[in-house]
Amino acid sequence: MLIVDVLLAGFTLGGMYALIAMGLTLQYGVARIMNLSYGEVLVMSAFGTWFAVTRLDWNPVAVLLASLPLGYLASWLIYRVLMMPLVRRSGAGPALEVDSILATFGLLFLLQGVLLLAFGGNYYSYSYLSQPVDILGSQVAANRLVVLGFAAAIGLGLYLLLTRSRLGTAVRAVAVAPRFAPLVGIDVWRLSAIAFGIGGALVAGGGTLLSMFLPFSATMGVVFAMKALVVVIMGGVGNLLGCLVAGLMLGFAETLVARFVDPGLTLAVNFALFLLVLLLRPAGLFGRVAR
Amino acid sequence: MNALPSPAAAGNPAGAGRLALQALMVAGLALLAALPWLGADDYLIAVGINILQYGVLATAWALFSGPTRYVSLATVAFFGIGAYTAAVVGETLPWPAVLAVALGISVVLALVVGLATLRLSGVHFVIFTFGLAELVHQLVNWYEVNVTRTLGRYLFVDITQVQIYWQLLALLVGVLATGWAIRRSRLGLALQVIGDDEVVARHVGIDTTRAKLLLFAISAGFIGLAGAVMAPRWTYIDPAIAFNPVISFQVLIMALLGGANRLFGPLLGVLPVAILFELLSGSFPNHFMILLGLVFMAIVYFIPNGLFGLLQRRRHRAGKEGSK
Amino acid sequence: MSAPLLKVAGLTKAFGGLVAVDKLSFEVAPGEVIGLVGPNGSGKTTAMNLISGALRADRGSIRLGEAELVGLRPDRIVRHGVARTFQLVRVLGSLSCADNVAAGLAFHPGGAFGAGARERIHALLARVGLGGREELPAGELTYIDQKRLELARALALSPRLLLLDEWLAGLNPTELREGIALIRSLRDEGLTMILVEHVMEAVHALCNRCVVMNAGVLLADGPTAEVLRNPEVVRAYLGEDVETDDLPPPRLPTGEAATQLNLGAGGQHA
Repeated sequence: MLIVDVLLAGFTLGGMYALIAMGLTLQYGVARIMNLSYGEVLVMSAFGTWFAVTRLDWNPVAVLLASLPLGYLASWLIYRVLMMPLVRRSGAGPALEVDSILATFGLLFLLQGVLLLAFGGNYYSYSYLSQPVDILGSQVAANRLVVLGFAAAIGLGLYLLLTRSRLGTAVRAVAVAPRFAPLVGIDVWRLSAIAFGIGGALVAGGGTLLSMFLPFSATMGVVFAMKALVVVIMGGVGNLLGCLVAGLMLGFAETLVARFVDPGLTLAVNFALFLLVLLLRPAGLFGRVAR
Repeated sequence: MNALPSPAAAGNPAGAGRLALQALMVAGLALLAALPWLGADDYLIAVGINILQYGVLATAWALFSGPTRYVSLATVAFFGIGAYTAAVVGETLPWPAVLAVALGISVVLALVVGLATLRLSGVHFVIFTFGLAELVHQLVNWYEVNVTRTLGRYLFVDITQVQIYWQLLALLVGVLATGWAIRRSRLGLALQVIGDDEVVARHVGIDTTRAKLLLFAISAGFIGLAGAVMAPRWTYIDPAIAFNPVISFQVLIMALLGGANRLFGPLLGVLPVAILFELLSGSFPNHFMILLGLVFMAIVYFIPNGLFGLLQRRRHRAGKEGSK
Repeated sequence: MSAPLLKVAGLTKAFGGLVAVDKLSFEVAPGEVIGLVGPNGSGKTTAMNLISGALRADRGSIRLGEAELVGLRPDRIVRHGVARTFQLVRVLGSLSCADNVAAGLAFHPGGAFGAGARERIHALLARVGLGGREELPAGELTYIDQKRLELARALALSPRLLLLDEWLAGLNPTELREGIALIRSLRDEGLTMILVEHVMEAVHALCNRCVVMNAGVLLADGPTAEVLRNPEVVRAYLGEDVETDDLPPPRLPTGEAATQLNLGAGGQHA
């Protein structure tokens, strides 16, 4: 069944993009850091998972449980050590955007260099739950279903955290009005570090999930970061629902083009979609137009 | 990329000083042009080509990104297009026509990309240019695989290293002269105003999108030309070589190190970085990217205003202490 | 009344659920100087932003002479002859004073650039009292002088209509007197102006007519002295605004005055 094939592939890919983009939208929408090295964290996590699974005989799901807190910690540290000086220097003004883009651009090359040194430029993968499952007459690898399930669970967890908890309310307050949040007793910098960390947890989790069903290489982080950025901006910065919708749009567009036109044109489709959305709605699908 | 400390710090060189400076520049240029006749060996010419290439790229990059503060990460997209154009038509057209085609394609692409993204905020532009090189790379790949069925091309044209050197030198003079002319034109004033406050720019009647677009196209044109000029140096070109993202990155480092807000700022950054990378890539080929990243971050953190800004602040401070 | 220079009709702008300007209608005759007053948050600055094109109206029309301005970009509106200053002063801090004015001269049809602009730059700077500061970076000027510079830049656009958004706010008594004299001299030359102003002394001195806004709607439109005595206007100010210093002493409204006023939202401009 072609339709089921396309639906499942589109949902898995789109769900992954949405998950990764949610992390980035937290980093950019709340902590105001445009993190170009975001994709490298994803790839590092994928390689970490590969190492744990193939060398230490861990179960990938166990790795997922470890990679979430590790991703949080690593990103929290990146924010405190590398980003804080820039935040202080710019007074969180407009210069921060340019400075953070430049600093994380440097970080991108640094991390990619480390990965290339450790693993070279080849593709890596491992086998996990690759036996096919029959769904409505269509054969699907079981790992894709597992990935889809976890991606949905993590996304839902984040949504509940942001809408139902005190911490989430504070995070949203910083996203909407960073200048006024301190007036109600919110420590903006602490919250920014936490949001940046949560973003890191999501992308690390995304890397582990990615490694379960796709081969990966040291240099593919850039493309993922770019797609995540495209999703974030298409959906409207800081908007989780926007991430979901834009992520799925991208996932389906890519799946359709790869299936029916040419796999070599997926990036072109991404960009075409990106431009189309921005020309029609400059603030993104769910973004608010600034006053 | 922050605003320079204070234009007053630059001071106005007296007329005599300016004249001397101009004479010095002309002499330096003549010396550079004559270098191949002064017994420079192949290695020296190769180093010269490398430095001149980045000199053109960094100056052209700053032509647009300096005043507008739109960080373009697309340098290699235009550079690669220039190089690839030369590889495709280099053996069938006379060389000046090859350069004209490369220029034309780069400018048209810049206009299309700019028209679509420069109306939007700076971040959208950064994201788009971040992916543009990869996008063009993929499209060229796709076209070559599916349409021409030749991935990778050989370019045999009768152009020597010394001729490449001279072409690049001419191009560098061209970029600098263009930058100088723009600074004195209405467009230059418009860009200064846009860089300071875009809202005010619109309210004094500046069509900000058009001004940025124009400049982006000029900058991309020079970058594309540089790519075409460099193409014969490789003889073999495939998309992975032509669209190597490290080039964008190096150009950015150099321009930022020198100072993107000054005409000669980027050149100031080209020399040390080009030499440093020459040494690094020779001694630590496997650690090259790591070192690249570290150098870049060091510049962002410790020399945010570029060497030019650093020098100016020094002079400013010295001047203040002197007046006490 | 001669044909109006500016005719605003049914102008509406909402931010989300908040209607900042609601069916605003008024006219300005050539050479007229009107005050646009009202408590903070009443939509005055939004109205200015709509006229200058900084914001785009949801509905309604703004006609300058024959030209419709709604939907035009700010740089186009400038070419039609509308200049403005900003509530929070916006000079080009990294440029010299002369270049700030040069920016106002260079980009419209009646302008000038390069050597041809030099004399006009000098004249404009001298006019606002900044003669001799040509080369000083605008960012180093005092707040008051930045306001003067902003006015010079706006005048450089050779406007048919000048919008001054709280240009006189924050001046000390001497500066205020000078400022009023400067604007009066512009009025005497026939320049049409809209003043958004809280300084009632200035409104009384400069504006023959006032348009009062409250909560986005037109509250009153008429001769200054009468409009500012209007009980609804007084209540709007006292009820919501803290800047009581700027208010005329509240007087009990007399029945006579009230009958002469144009009350209500756009009463006469259906």
